[in-house]
Amino acid sequence: MSDNRTEHVLNKKERFHLLPGLPLIARNEPMLWLTGGALVLSLALIVLLLSYIFYQGGTSFWPQPVEAYVVHDGSTIMGEQAREDTIEVDETYRSQLPEALRAGVTDGEEVERMLIRTANFDVTNTHFHWVDTTELVSVSVPPTATVIERLSWGRFIGTPISLQIQEEEPITDPTAIMEGVDEHLAGIHDVLERRIHLEKATLGEIRAHEESARLESVEVRLEHGEESQHYVEALAAYQVIKEHCVEESASVLAQIENLKKETAPYTLRMATASGQEADIPLEEIVRIYQPNALSFMDKLGLYGARWMEFLFDDPREANSEGGVWPAIIGTVMMTMIMTIFVVPFGVMASLYLSEYAKSGGLMSIIRIAINNLAGVPSIVFGVFGLGFFCTTIGGGLDNWLFPAEVSEGRPVLGKGTILWASATLALLTVPVVIVATEEALRAVPNSMREGSYGCGASKWQTIWRIVMPRALPGIMTGMILAMARGAGEVAPLMLVGAVKLAPELPIDMHGTFIHPERSFMHLGFHIYDLGLQSQNSEAAKPMVFTTTLLLISIVVSLNLIAIWMRKRLARRFVGGTF
Amino acid sequence: MITDSAVNRLAAIAAGEMCTPAVHEECHFDAPIVDIEKFNLYYGAKRALFDISMSIPKGQITALVGPSGCGKSTLLRSVNRLNDLIDIVRIEGGMKLNGENIYDPAVDVIELRKRMGMVFQKSNPFPMSIFENVVYPLRIVGIRDKTVLEETCERSLRGAALWDEVKDRLHENALGMSGGQQQRLCIARAIAADPEVLLMDEPCSALDPIATGKIEELMAELKGQYTILIVTHNMQQAARSSDYTAFMYLGQLIEYGPTATIFTNPQLQETQEYVTGRFG
Repeated sequence: MSDNRTEHVLNKKERFHLLPGLPLIARNEPMLWLTGGALVLSLALIVLLLSYIFYQGGTSFWPQPVEAYVVHDGSTIMGEQAREDTIEVDETYRSQLPEALRAGVTDGEEVERMLIRTANFDVTNTHFHWVDTTELVSVSVPPTATVIERLSWGRFIGTPISLQIQEEEPITDPTAIMEGVDEHLAGIHDVLERRIHLEKATLGEIRAHEESARLESVEVRLEHGEESQHYVEALAAYQVIKEHCVEESASVLAQIENLKKETAPYTLRMATASGQEADIPLEEIVRIYQPNALSFMDKLGLYGARWMEFLFDDPREANSEGGVWPAIIGTVMMTMIMTIFVVPFGVMASLYLSEYAKSGGLMSIIRIAINNLAGVPSIVFGVFGLGFFCTTIGGGLDNWLFPAEVSEGRPVLGKGTILWASATLALLTVPVVIVATEEALRAVPNSMREGSYGCGASKWQTIWRIVMPRALPGIMTGMILAMARGAGEVAPLMLVGAVKLAPELPIDMHGTFIHPERSFMHLGFHIYDLGLQSQNSEAAKPMVFTTTLLLISIVVSLNLIAIWMRKRLARRFVGGTF
Repeated sequence: MITDSAVNRLAAIAAGEMCTPAVHEECHFDAPIVDIEKFNLYYGAKRALFDISMSIPKGQITALVGPSGCGKSTLLRSVNRLNDLIDIVRIEGGMKLNGENIYDPAVDVIELRKRMGMVFQKSNPFPMSIFENVVYPLRIVGIRDKTVLEETCERSLRGAALWDEVKDRLHENALGMSGGQQQRLCIARAIAADPEVLLMDEPCSALDPIATGKIEELMAELKGQYTILIVTHNMQQAARSSDYTAFMYLGQLIEYGPTATIFTNPQLQETQEYVTGRFG
């Protein structure tokens, strides 16, 4: 009987533990709170971070309404509201207020204020203006308020007054002005594009041709001396090329002048909220719209257009406007070159470690060292890359291959370049690849190797035909992890080649197409530069968020590709037995 | 009941004493395909094989039996020098394949292994197609001729009694086959390069009775054409399918003779105890 009772009690206890609705506290597992709490906290922080970035990055391109704020002295401030905050009234605050308003506030009171993005930096010398609710008289949403995104000076916010087209009578009707601008803008952009192509590509090619001819003559001088017959001949050859180039560029410059004349006579006269007038050449206008009159679909179109501009255009205005195309190209190309460096090296090294080396004390030490290498601060790799790759190897190669450039103090490879940046990051990520590959190799069952040896295969045949295919998903994972790590790294890049603004992409249609000797732009560095180095950080803020969103998206996509690839390869090579 | 004398002898071996193996007269072959002479093997400081001397007849099936850890797999893996892959293994004594010393320093171990086929306890098809699995031994010697590969594949699969089951899906992944099929695929692979000896390390221990029966039938068919050396835990299997049986215990060869004699009328008491399942 007593046995039965014990059993009964036990059963009840078991059920007691399984009851899903039981309060956590009653389960007598106090560590559940601590461990679960830690998980919840870290998840919450990650979700918070991501949703903040997604919200800010996703909404910053949505067209904001332009509001006109009339303040106590009768002046009007027009612009987009950037943000709001509150300020506590104290003596200093009160002393800054106009006398008429001082009585209206008491010490300690919280006053709301708004930061208005007024733009028009060329007219007002400021991008932003604070408006306090104490001095606010009225707010309106003028339907004719117009926002112009320009090639230089940032945005212009105002109302159109007149449109001058060549020598014709200026158009003054507001609707007609907007229609006129819309009508001519596309044509002007075409002309502008042609002009930029002439300036950048055609003229650049002529100059590069001349420059290479000149450098050839310098090389001859360095080799044979200034007095030599060789140099005299080379100089003469250079003179011929130079004259030819001067002629050619003169004709191109003339073409450019003609194109400039084509676009110059189109001018839009705008008035700011305070009544100042400004003439804006149409060729300066990237985009013009009246935000308060836009329908939802118009806004959606504008939003999409801005994203396209962001993804595929060059940056303007100290990177705070325009796009990040060069940074995307720089990031992707650097990651590619890095992968080409790091994967063969890392895989070879781990093959030696796990397939050839005999296990022992030395191997354990090497393994620990490699694992620790992954924890070395990345800036250390940056310093090493600068000293070793840029200065030593790059400098050495320069002295050997490009003596003419060096003699003029313009190193080709002996400076920060995309090549050395990739090499530095390869060094930084090689432990990731080694560790992941070794893990993958270890997971290949020994029975596979024995089966292959039993057939009379050599070690390398076994590795190449049996072990490697089977370990491929793991090796891929290591590669993508390294790519994700490399794509997000910033600190070392600042030393070995990432720049704020690279005039030329490291890949283009000229010469050798790929230019490993060029410096480059990088998304991570771009974020740092926008957020912390920009003179106009408030205006750059939306770009910081969108660039961050882009970088996160790239890294997340890389990881998703890794998971997908791993699954695919695992299905093919590992499979289920029985 | 285990008789006292047998217990004493086994206890003596366990205590580290050497015993003289009882090798039947029928097992002194004139031209053995594998001749093992005073073979010793050490894992580091631990001695795993003690002065094994036996000769394996050509074209016959020889079974190695004995309780777990008696060194029969180790002995089998010594024949194709698979134990070389373990860093700490050291050997003494000799072993000859058709009169050539296997452990001669001048022997190319890769070439040596090509002359033998091996089937493992757990089937280990490679993660590739059935066809590629079978022709793997040919691929690694660089044969690319498609007709040769296809002929070999068919012949080996027929030899392993697998052809009819897989002839329509030769290019599917081998990992999709059933356990018994996978093991027969491994046998097909082992015989693809026409080995002189086929080494089988408990080939049926992971298989169900039907699959086991198929493998045993297969062994009977392969007999004569190939010399088979098989390690097994299954006494019935040894009794059914082998011609000669060697009983090992704790690294020593105890008795070696024709299977019928070993199972019905062994010279030593302990062999009888073991094969009738009274210990081990």
